[in-house]
Amino acid sequence: MHKELFPFFKNYPDMVYLDSAATALKPKAVIDAEVEYLTLASTNLSRGLYPLAEHTSTHVENIRSLIASFIGSTKEEIIFTSGTTAGLNMLALIMEDSLTHDDAIVVSDFEHHANYLPWKELSQRKGSRFSVLKSDASGYIQGSEIEKNITELTAIVAISALSNVTGVIQDMPRLIASIREIAPQAVIVVDAAQYVAHAQIDVRQWDADFLVFSGHKIYGPTGIGVLYGKKELLKVLQPRIYGGGMVLDAYSEKSTYKESPERFEAGTQNISGIFALGTAIDFIKSINYTTLNNHDQKLQKYTQERLQDTFGELVTVIGGKDYTKRAGILSFTLKGIHPHDIATLLGEKNICVRAGEHCAMPWHRGHGVPATTRLSFALYNDKLDIDTFITTLIEIVKLLKK
Amino acid sequence: MNLYQDHILDHYHNPRHFGLLEYSTHQAEALNPTCGDRLTVSLKVEDATVTAVGFEGEGCAISIASASIFYETLSGSKISSLMEKEPSEVLTLTGLTISPGRMKCALLSLEALKKALHGKIVV
Repeated sequence: MHKELFPFFKNYPDMVYLDSAATALKPKAVIDAEVEYLTLASTNLSRGLYPLAEHTSTHVENIRSLIASFIGSTKEEIIFTSGTTAGLNMLALIMEDSLTHDDAIVVSDFEHHANYLPWKELSQRKGSRFSVLKSDASGYIQGSEIEKNITELTAIVAISALSNVTGVIQDMPRLIASIREIAPQAVIVVDAAQYVAHAQIDVRQWDADFLVFSGHKIYGPTGIGVLYGKKELLKVLQPRIYGGGMVLDAYSEKSTYKESPERFEAGTQNISGIFALGTAIDFIKSINYTTLNNHDQKLQKYTQERLQDTFGELVTVIGGKDYTKRAGILSFTLKGIHPHDIATLLGEKNICVRAGEHCAMPWHRGHGVPATTRLSFALYNDKLDIDTFITTLIEIVKLLKK
Repeated sequence: MNLYQDHILDHYHNPRHFGLLEYSTHQAEALNPTCGDRLTVSLKVEDATVTAVGFEGEGCAISIASASIFYETLSGSKISSLMEKEPSEVLTLTGLTISPGRMKCALLSLEALKKALHGKIVV
């Protein structure tokens, strides 16, 4: 579907790309937008008073508004970052001062390292308690885990809306409400890096305090991402990255800083990335989430059925057999065959998948799964890709089965 | 270039010296946590020379085959020369042209061996 929109396939017509959860391929429109900045706009933000620079600034601010409405927020709440990892690390830094020894931080066991390590490190710096919500075999966090780990002292809860291992979609409004019931004051951080490629985000409806995602998972370029924060929180938090563009008064003994978002955007931004991110969001909107989801569900159902029909008891689909609970990702193990052998042999046949721990060691260790093979789907995948994958996997099993 | 050549598959399906020695002087385990590979090697060393070797473990085809091929050459080797063994020598021996992502798999056998030789005598 829509392979023609992606120049990648002109260069690699036979490539079966099933690794979009690592990074999605870019449509021509997105590439053009990045090139447009580099060739036509070319100027820096806010500092130039000449028309070209003013145009660049206006365009970037329009994209900020586009992103704000895309996730149901306002533009002062949208901070550009270099990606999800940078957003989460910056968040851990700017929240450090407000955290005390008595506070506790809670994450889930299916967090990507990007939403695990910054909080674990922060808790160790501050001597705060760090606890991990354990997900069940279906990929969900049961109420009993919330009751066990969330207390009145819970200050930060960082959780992914869609695990990059299981692909299971969390019910974020319900999950956040159940956390707030016990810890109304907790700051709730949502890692939407995978979620944003598959379903509509609404930060107000979810009641998320912070939310992060990257451009490159939604058909945009690498090196650009978004940190959303509630206005009232961004007002009181101090910046931790300093430089040009964010300061009101640098000369006085005590420096003062602009309001959000400039306050948290020191230095020259990835402007070409912002241009292209705007186009990537337009691209997603033009396809729309309903179409994306229907397409993904067809591939989920087809892939799971083909895996089970072909390999029967040998195959285990991670997160259970209810594919309607998943989006974009299908991870599996095959008894007796190592995921790295599968991925390398598939790679030799131009089939791109991921194998290993997917930067989610806590989930793998906690669930006793050394490694998995992960397929991830996007707009350009079709059933033929899955057929090629299954045919090749049959050959691999023949080759390696003991 | 195909990584899974016939000799690699042969050693994966029928690893030589598989099974730990009943009587060994040195033993160690090496892990590759990112892929769950685990390899244990046991050695019998007499007069600073390896006289017997056995291993067991679980992992990908590359780590098992590499261990089988490498360990097959150990008997009769002086400890001093094994301590100096370079990763490139193991790669040459196995005939593997390997990507950086799989390097650890191919060299797990060397890591286990050096760990065993550095360890205390277990007798």
